[in-house]
Amino acid sequence: MEELGKRAMAGDIRAASRLIRNIEDDIPETNMAIRHIFPHTGKAHVVGITGSPGAGKSTITDQLIFTMRQREKTVGVLAVDPTSPFTGGALLGDRIRMLRHAEDKGVFVRSLATRGAMGGLSKAVGDGIHVLDVMGKDIILVETVGVGQQEVDIINHAHTVIVVLVPGMGDEVQAIKAGLMEIADIFVINKADRDGARKLYKETLNMLNSGHFPNGWRPPILMLESSLEPHSFAESVEKLCDKIDEHYKHLVENRQLQERAIRKVITEMNDALRSAILEPVLNELAATGEFDSMVKKLVEKETDPYTLAEEVSRKYMSK
Amino acid sequence: MADRKIRILLAKPGLDGHDRGARVLARTFRDAGFEVIYTGCHQTPEQIVGAAIQEDVDMVGLSCLSGAHRYLFPAVAQQLQEQGAADITVVGGGIIPEQDMQPLYDAGLKALFTPGATLDSIVDWINENIKPRV
Repeated sequence: MEELGKRAMAGDIRAASRLIRNIEDDIPETNMAIRHIFPHTGKAHVVGITGSPGAGKSTITDQLIFTMRQREKTVGVLAVDPTSPFTGGALLGDRIRMLRHAEDKGVFVRSLATRGAMGGLSKAVGDGIHVLDVMGKDIILVETVGVGQQEVDIINHAHTVIVVLVPGMGDEVQAIKAGLMEIADIFVINKADRDGARKLYKETLNMLNSGHFPNGWRPPILMLESSLEPHSFAESVEKLCDKIDEHYKHLVENRQLQERAIRKVITEMNDALRSAILEPVLNELAATGEFDSMVKKLVEKETDPYTLAEEVSRKYMSK
Repeated sequence: MADRKIRILLAKPGLDGHDRGARVLARTFRDAGFEVIYTGCHQTPEQIVGAAIQEDVDMVGLSCLSGAHRYLFPAVAQQLQEQGAADITVVGGGIIPEQDMQPLYDAGLKALFTPGATLDSIVDWINENIKPRV
């Protein structure tokens, strides 16, 4: 398994995609490979792209790949789509928009299913980023699932977060609600040729005007017109690319890259603890049938979840 | 807990824009619990093979209704082989005349589904024949 990490680092596409698969499938030996590559991570600029379903995330991602390739940067993409809560299956369709890069050796695109993760990403995103990073990609674009207001896990993994908005999504209070609207480093108003785009621009601007920016970065708002007008769309995405570079420069010059890195390792540490401590317990409870009998007790109101959890923790936590 | 899931790439090679069938299959595979990467129409074999390798799929499903299956299906199988990815199973579907079938099997296609094949029969074939590669 360590071998897979070595080969991925040497640029072997099959090894890299297999390694990401093993991360997704939660194969225990994968830890060996991560151990091997982890010291070499942290070189790429990770850019998150988030927004509601159909806002245009994949189309923007595609054009960003194009522009970044013109600027001679190599690009890795992780594109997340939802897993069915009923069947566990998934239809991953983000790639349809990115086909023109399929033969470009400087681009690696991987689709991931959420597999039950609730924060707009897949559990495999954190380590997936590491794999693309050690493959030597300069830029890693992470496209979240179509999100609502609260799925903001992307801030734990990206240096730069782009929030894509489209006109017609609600009244002016929406713009000042907590959650998604707070996490943007760059706002993009897509489909800006549609009715309501000016209004959305003003609402977002008002929201920013009443905020303060302790980090010294005020998120810019970019308007992107219809991708059906290829020329003006390409020009707007050029500007978006400039802003992405500018933001990275800001993070570096103001020593804020470190803060984002801390956010990421805290997330990774929490996840690793959970899978090392909680998951084995849950697996054992499930295998012995104890979990089912606890569920039964709760349905019958014989006890409550906190009492049961304490019993379990007394049994497993020796300290 | 370790959980190997079957991953499938569905693609339409060549100049055929009739993707209703492929989309119905994508939905069916989703409902059967597989992860389906749907890549749409108008693709070259090179694009399909590139995507299959980056996505680490277990199977590539090709749909073609234009009559060009005799060239396009073997091209995908052959390029997978050239790139050291012969372990990825290739199957095809579409309007495939009887006399074209043996040459396609000879070229490395593992199954062919023609009009009249039920969705259940396709899912059953996958469950029987495609094991997630370890």
